[in-house]
Amino acid sequence: MSPEQTPSTLQLVRDARSWLLRGRLPVATAVALLMVTLVANLLIAENFLTAFNIRSIFANVIPLAAVAVGQTVIVLGRGIDLSIGTIATLSSVVTVSLVEPLGLLPAMLVGLGSGAACGLVNGLLVAVVRLQPIVATFATSFVWSGLALYVLPPGTAAAPRMPDVVVQGYRNSILGVPNAAWLLLLIALSWLVLKRTALLRHVYAVGGDEQASYATGVRVVRVQIMTYVVGGTYAAFASFAMLANSGSADALAGGNLTLVSIAALVIGGTRLSGGAGGAGGTIIGVMVLQLLTSLLVALRPPTDIRQLIDGLLVIFALALAGLWSSRRGGR
Amino acid sequence: MNTAQLRERMQAVEARDLLRHPVVLSLLVLVALFAAGNVAAPGFASFGSLTNVLRIAAFLGVIAAGQTIVILGGGEGIDLSVGKIATFSTVIVAQVSQGQDERLLLAIVTAFAYCGLIGLGNGIGVAYLRIPPLVMTLGMVGVVTGIIRVYSGGQPEGRAPAMLSALVNGTTVGGIRGSVWIWLVVAVFTIWLLRGTTFGRRVYALGANRRAAELSGINLQRNLVLLYVASSLYAALGGMLLLGFAGAASINLADQYQLISIAAVVIGGTTLAGGVGGYLGTAVGAVVLQTMRNLLIVLDIPAAGRQVVNGIILIVLLSLYGRQRRLRQ
Repeated sequence: MSPEQTPSTLQLVRDARSWLLRGRLPVATAVALLMVTLVANLLIAENFLTAFNIRSIFANVIPLAAVAVGQTVIVLGRGIDLSIGTIATLSSVVTVSLVEPLGLLPAMLVGLGSGAACGLVNGLLVAVVRLQPIVATFATSFVWSGLALYVLPPGTAAAPRMPDVVVQGYRNSILGVPNAAWLLLLIALSWLVLKRTALLRHVYAVGGDEQASYATGVRVVRVQIMTYVVGGTYAAFASFAMLANSGSADALAGGNLTLVSIAALVIGGTRLSGGAGGAGGTIIGVMVLQLLTSLLVALRPPTDIRQLIDGLLVIFALALAGLWSSRRGGR
Repeated sequence: MNTAQLRERMQAVEARDLLRHPVVLSLLVLVALFAAGNVAAPGFASFGSLTNVLRIAAFLGVIAAGQTIVILGGGEGIDLSVGKIATFSTVIVAQVSQGQDERLLLAIVTAFAYCGLIGLGNGIGVAYLRIPPLVMTLGMVGVVTGIIRVYSGGQPEGRAPAMLSALVNGTTVGGIRGSVWIWLVVAVFTIWLLRGTTFGRRVYALGANRRAAELSGINLQRNLVLLYVASSLYAALGGMLLLGFAGAASINLADQYQLISIAAVVIGGTTLAGGVGGYLGTAVGAVVLQTMRNLLIVLDIPAAGRQVVNGIILIVLLSLYGRQRRLRQ
């Protein structure tokens, strides 16, 4: 062993340690979980690597991924949005009902606008009226799902459908990669861009210490409102994926995305009390949850105990994530 | 003259503070709701209507008692699994009793034991594995859903024993139903538990300042576990009452109480940060929420509109008391 090599190896270990301790530990845990679930799938699920299976995994994961990234932005700013799934529902019924009269792109724009508008209302209630986020967004979730029922009552004869181009396109591939996988990449890229904006820097500051960021001149109220608007916009994107995946809208779908999105971001290492984490981890968390589901399908347990195993696996993943994040965070 | 003025002023301040007291405020809202209901549908504010509201509010009131305790304990404490645990309790009681009175006691004990174990799981997850309460109890919803599936095979059998139904629905003096008396007992017990026992004082201490509570010798982890066990036992009791009312169990009978129980706590003036509030407010909050629901039924708005109005009224109720301090202060 040469004399120069020892310090450099030591240095490497030290670097890795400080990288982990700088708050990357939660994400590292999530990556490890992703690896384990991936390998388990490869070993156990026989047709895991078929093109069809990979395509449907990505196709199914996009709505949750988009909602969860939006939820992450809100949670980073010390908020939470229990209405985010119903925003996706509302935006999907708005979009699909307008495709016929307005055309696809204008309809999507209106859908996007409705998602952002819902987010704005949530943001105003939390940041200006200063209601506690959990209960305020729980209350607005009734409003959004009520509006969705109004726009598209369930059981409507000749319910509006998305154009076939969209539905086909969502299932097709470009360069051998499923389009849904490209979309996931797009969501990840959108986060990387968002992360470099002044807004997100302020979101981290507000989530870390509200009082201190207020004292240093961050416009806390505006930043908090914006997190909800961004969250609502991501929910609208999720609604497009929901529409493309099923071809039509359901005024009762989407609600269950909310709580799963929170589980995904915690598994991905974002602290629920705000200020630490990021949507990169969240996307990994979403994939972990999806792979756990696909693993469970492959294992073919008796149907009765499937849900139980699923629940236990999720708690196990949450416990692994909680192992590091809470010890560091202190709060 | 100065003293007179001073006294007058102090009385005015006291009156204002009293008006700001969450319980008083919720009571005023309640009166307003009944008055509004009576205008829209004459007879809404009758004694019979009030007892009917109380009869149904009892289920929410009992389940929200556990929620109150968990939230008071602070540390972002919250229990999203109360609805599912209550549902589990209805399934257990229906299946174990098979509708027979002589098996009712066994069924009740079984339900308390199983649900208590689930609360224990929540508590261990929060206190020892350090999973944030929101996601721990949320994950538990998935687990309990699975357990119910295994336990009942997806189709709960049996029904409420006649004795349980009589206890919950039986009419007593003045047309007041049994569930209201049971709730009254639970309420008195809960207020005593929180105000008059060491356990209750520990709950407030943990919620007000967890670090200080730990330093003064309170065993943080063991007490946290107790909070979640207590919450699951209240949920189990709520489920039993609900079964007596509904007659038969289903795999989602009490799921709706998951989030509405939190709303009842907040409307009652308990802050989600913990340490401030109490059960009296929650009880009034439960009555307010049930009155609102009855009002919406009486008004006979279509489902979509009812949801929207429900949400808006909730927001208004929350803004009356659930507001947090401004940053400047």
